[in-house]
Amino acid sequence: MRDNIYVTLIVLLAPLSLASIGGATGIYAPLQHETVETLGWITQREFIDLFAVSRLTPGPSSMLAPLIAWKVAGLAGATVAMIALYLPSSLLCYGVARVWEKHRGKPWHRACEAGLTPVAAGLVFAGVAALLRIAGSGPMTWATLIIVAGLLTWKPKLHPFPLLGAGALVFLLARGFWI
Amino acid sequence: MPDTKPVPLLALFRVFFQIGVLSFGGGLVSWIHREVVTARGWMTDAEFLSGMSLSQVLPGINSTNTSIFVGQRLRGALGAAVCLGAMLLGPFIAIILAGFTYKTLLGVSGFPALVEGVGAVAMGLLTRLGIKAARTVKLGLSPAAATLATFVGVAVMRWPMLAVVAVVAPLSVWAAWPSGTAKDAADA
Repeated sequence: MRDNIYVTLIVLLAPLSLASIGGATGIYAPLQHETVETLGWITQREFIDLFAVSRLTPGPSSMLAPLIAWKVAGLAGATVAMIALYLPSSLLCYGVARVWEKHRGKPWHRACEAGLTPVAAGLVFAGVAALLRIAGSGPMTWATLIIVAGLLTWKPKLHPFPLLGAGALVFLLARGFWI
Repeated sequence: MPDTKPVPLLALFRVFFQIGVLSFGGGLVSWIHREVVTARGWMTDAEFLSGMSLSQVLPGINSTNTSIFVGQRLRGALGAAVCLGAMLLGPFIAIILAGFTYKTLLGVSGFPALVEGVGAVAMGLLTRLGIKAARTVKLGLSPAAATLATFVGVAVMRWPMLAVVAVVAPLSVWAAWPSGTAKDAADA
């Protein structure tokens, strides 16, 4: 098992790389099923803990997969997981991006650009809705969401990082933690 | 035009490394849009948003795919590799560090509140990007209908995203065909 744990990681994550359309939310369920129930690498409790931790680290939320890999197979495992998770979809995306770029300026390209943008807007809103389902959607979350979106629409060049800090602080204070 | 001279690879690395390190709570696509379009003008809104749309319907994570589109547009294959690698480097180091310390982290009593607060702000960042995308489009019945149909199909009806996009996107592109050419060129 120890010898082919890397192979197992690749077999597990490379298909997820190509199956995860529209964001990381789609990989949580299969990841949980495989690592907890099928492979028994971690317990359900550990999965929930690592999920929570991965939500407070920066970067894409799919980093949960390399985090689990680190837990079961160390630094090498985490590296293998990164490659298995991001390389297949990235190569495919690069291929599409190249073709897209080559045809820039042609009428069909402009029509696609104009036609795809409203679809993207709908997908972004759907992504927010998915996050609201995962992360909970209390009145404070809604208020923060609306204030941040409004503030940035008014002043687009505001840096998001202080906003993140302020959001964290407000939630800490509201939940009764005085720091 | 934003691309009079090529963006240095080092600048791409710096910007995307920073995005990776600072983007707590997710919503990376909105960070990329802010840094690349709003703050630096390396791409136009139309260029970015169309790349982002394709990124979302392609397999893979939206943010990594979008970084590849941006890198490819600005500096070709090398640019794509630099943007992707730089954006993932910081988070990779962060999860290794988190792996060592997560038991302590989880013991901090304010941890759930912290996750909640950061997550709520990240949702606000994404919402703002959605508003931006919706407003970039010329006013009209079909773009609004495409946005609404996509949202309702994916978020309300919970139909598979690929199926929703496979129906809505061709209709939306078809609706944009006759008038969406000369005017867009003038806007860009």
